[in-house]
Amino acid sequence: MSRTNPQAPARRRPTRNLVPRLLSGSVLVVFLVFFVLPVIWLVLAATKTDQQLVHGNPLSIGSWHAFKANWDALSGFQDNAIMQWLGNSTLYAVISLVITLCVTIPAGYALAMTEFRGRHSLLVATLVVMLMPTATLVVPLFLEVNAVHLIGSMWSIILPYSFYPFGVYLTYIYFSTAVPKDLLAAARMDGCTEIGVFRHIALPLATPVIALVGFFSFVANWTNYFLPYVMLPESSQMPIQVGVGSLLSNVPSFNPAVGTTAIERPQLALATLVAITPVLVVFLFAQRFLVSGMLAGATKE
Amino acid sequence: MTVVNSSTSSAGRRPRGTDRQSRAGIAFVAGYVVLLIAFGILPTGYAVYFAFTDAGGTFSGFSNFITTAQDFRFMDAVGHVAVYLLFWLVSLVVFVVGLSLLLHRLSSGVASKSLRFFYYIPGALAGAASVLVWLFMLDPSVSPVSSLLSTLGFHTFGEVIAPGNLALLFTIIAFWTGAGGWIVVMYGALNNIPKDVMEAARIDGANAWQTAWRVQIPMLRKWIIYMVILAFAAGAQLFVEPQLLSLASVGVAGRDYSLNQLTYDFAFQMNNINGAAAVSVELLVVSVTVAGIFVARSGFFDAD
Repeated sequence: MSRTNPQAPARRRPTRNLVPRLLSGSVLVVFLVFFVLPVIWLVLAATKTDQQLVHGNPLSIGSWHAFKANWDALSGFQDNAIMQWLGNSTLYAVISLVITLCVTIPAGYALAMTEFRGRHSLLVATLVVMLMPTATLVVPLFLEVNAVHLIGSMWSIILPYSFYPFGVYLTYIYFSTAVPKDLLAAARMDGCTEIGVFRHIALPLATPVIALVGFFSFVANWTNYFLPYVMLPESSQMPIQVGVGSLLSNVPSFNPAVGTTAIERPQLALATLVAITPVLVVFLFAQRFLVSGMLAGATKE
Repeated sequence: MTVVNSSTSSAGRRPRGTDRQSRAGIAFVAGYVVLLIAFGILPTGYAVYFAFTDAGGTFSGFSNFITTAQDFRFMDAVGHVAVYLLFWLVSLVVFVVGLSLLLHRLSSGVASKSLRFFYYIPGALAGAASVLVWLFMLDPSVSPVSSLLSTLGFHTFGEVIAPGNLALLFTIIAFWTGAGGWIVVMYGALNNIPKDVMEAARIDGANAWQTAWRVQIPMLRKWIIYMVILAFAAGAQLFVEPQLLSLASVGVAGRDYSLNQLTYDFAFQMNNINGAAAVSVELLVVSVTVAGIFVARSGFFDAD
């Protein structure tokens, strides 16, 4: 390697280009640490006692015993509130996932593959609503849901969650790029009904986009904070994101006024882990779909 | 945007088939249209109605807008959100594009793939979880980077969350959770640049820097705009980060920081629904305008 003069041959062969390569390598490594270190720390923190967390090496592993103690303390909080929140989250996310898919996939299909009056306006409305920040509608949604007396009911968040214009857009893009219209026309010629065309031709081809819409909507609903924070203020109905947030005010190092029911920091870390595990698991499985889906627009000619 | 009026022309040729198709199309979108009206259009209408009436329901012109704008926290919140958006969008564009280009140049496919995956992992911690993680990261007593914090002159949690630092802290949190996904997108977009274009640049003797600046970044333009618009929409609705920070600091930092927190306070603490609606309408007007310009001008979302 030309260590004495790394600049000269740099132009021709990127492999000899040592200094820029080291530089770009270290930038990538610095960001790797930035993205991954907090996650590793969080996993390790759940296995320690509060003492170890403050005085020990931040990247040391605690003990199974401490982990168990943390879990017992956490599940002891408000009579196993954490599992109830987890159950709530699952219930809300799964029901809205089912409704989202049942509504979104046919809508995106119809927008891409059929002609009907108002199709163009519906498409434009979808694009605009999709780019509209959902949180700005939380207070008006509250007023609306309040007017129909649904506050405190799980439908107050499940129904708004089920409205997912981004999913409609993704499905629309998918069908208009990946499925030839001639294929459907041929099926219609053969006497297939419209529902038959959708069920037997379009739906089997749509598996990737169904997975994608399902994933995005699941993650968006699971991590939503503002809407359930407003709609479901009772602890027994909170989804886990809001529940874990509410634990914060019970951590003495953040809020010294807390008395005996305190939650210690390792337990808060454990609660955070519990809150993200379902999303993380889905993440690991859906990675392949995600990439193709996030690029859906780019593949469009 | 191109408006192809194919429905009328084909209707003339094949009236029966199109008729059937049209009815089926409407049936397929019916559920979605109901939700669109109930949770997209109706709340927007509701917000407008409340914004222009008083508590008794009579028309009050712009008085709600004036009262809320005169609230001592309003201009502060606008400033906070503006500064935060600036930091967040700039860091997103610079680092996401930069890192994607670096990853794209890596000769080892395995390294590039696993780095993208690792960068992406924090995306699973969106929402409240990311804030909790960063409360720990920023608390010098437990942080794994406490030495870095103390080098920067921060010795207590209180010093870290001083009001002047918040925009930067929220940027770090948002970047940590959001950047990985966008890097995946940008990387994919880089892969979509035709091979012969890159080859031509190489033959012309362009070095890595010139290729990136003159060829790759211009070809990423629409993706960068797409990212900025979605990130703008997400950033303008800042809520969970300052809300949880104010919980963690017992109201010392992050209280009434963002506009959405203000709408929450107006609606649920001060019982001023109409004021809250006025602020919501302002946020909606800004974001819909931005979105509308984008949809109309960028050609990114072809509506046909």
